[in-house]
Amino acid sequence: MILSYASAGTLSSNDCFITVEHAEQLEITIESIVLDAFGDQIEQVIRGVLKQLKIKKLKVLVQDKGALDYTIKARLITALHRLEKKA
Amino acid sequence: MKRSLLFIPANSPAMLQNADIFGADAIIFDLEDAIHPLEKDAARDLLTCYLERFALPDMELIVRINDRQTPYYIKDVERAVQLPIHTIMLPKAREEDILELSERLTALEKKRKRLAPLMIIPIIERAISLFEIEKIVAHARVSGLLLGGEDLTSDLEVERTKQGLEILFARQMVIYAAKAYRKEAIDTPFTDVGDHVGLVEDATYAKSLGMTAKSCIHPIQIDAINEVFSPSEKQITFAKRVLEAEKEAQEKGLGVFSVDGKMVDKPIIERAKQVLKRVKP
Repeated sequence: MILSYASAGTLSSNDCFITVEHAEQLEITIESIVLDAFGDQIEQVIRGVLKQLKIKKLKVLVQDKGALDYTIKARLITALHRLEKKA
Repeated sequence: MKRSLLFIPANSPAMLQNADIFGADAIIFDLEDAIHPLEKDAARDLLTCYLERFALPDMELIVRINDRQTPYYIKDVERAVQLPIHTIMLPKAREEDILELSERLTALEKKRKRLAPLMIIPIIERAISLFEIEKIVAHARVSGLLLGGEDLTSDLEVERTKQGLEILFARQMVIYAAKAYRKEAIDTPFTDVGDHVGLVEDATYAKSLGMTAKSCIHPIQIDAINEVFSPSEKQITFAKRVLEAEKEAQEKGLGVFSVDGKMVDKPIIERAKQVLKRVKP
């Protein structure tokens, strides 16, 4: 089986590194320095973007370094475009 | 009128989300030199999401795209038209590039139903551009010219020095062209971020030649640039007195008048108006 994945972002402060991978179901994993306080909000942003793009099956790993919502959204969109190009 | 323009890499969340606190009159979101070739897509997406989320009402918003010879140019332009910005900054600009970009923008603006047309600030950073500068600056979309000292000296195959003698001709060409067409003349950045004295000297010199603003690459440079390119209290006071005296002279039907014992003529009145135009509220 050939794994197809793509990523975007950095592990710098205020940024996040997002990896997306084709999957049979939706699976979101979040690693964050502010997981307790903002884990739900990060997941909400991810789910919002995926809903908008009508994506129901995907593996998403968010490695967050204190990114604001717009950064999480942008990094996910870039990663998804890169994944699309790999297809 | 702008005094300071700050370059911010469009792929840096830490810099982007502080863009409005540095005190610059304009922000140049950079998609060009500050962005690695493999990260151009990420920079476009991050900038888009940032500008969707944050409004920056009190400053001119500029995007420096990649030049026309690069594979990123078309995507940069297409994205820029969708953003709530005022101006596109075009590197390595030649006359034919301005014409092409303007035509492309007109078509995209129509397609996107964009109400406010985007302006263009060409970067004059190639020797050949100096021979086309009048045609470049005269274009209706061009709001000003930026001198790119680093790339220009590379094109000239000379060393870039702090004294800047090697770019004096280019500085003056940019100034004369901009002034002739009543556009902004924007000076090249001073790249030694740690040399505050050098920055002030360089900005003061550029202003004395006729530059109206200066670009910069670090927020620490903004206050000094704003100070240099703002009129002094003495200049403001004198300008106000000139205009008051002009008003009085007109009421009395006098054609000629004086302030502080000096005859005031039309150029002095015009200069006074220009000084007051540059006063920030």
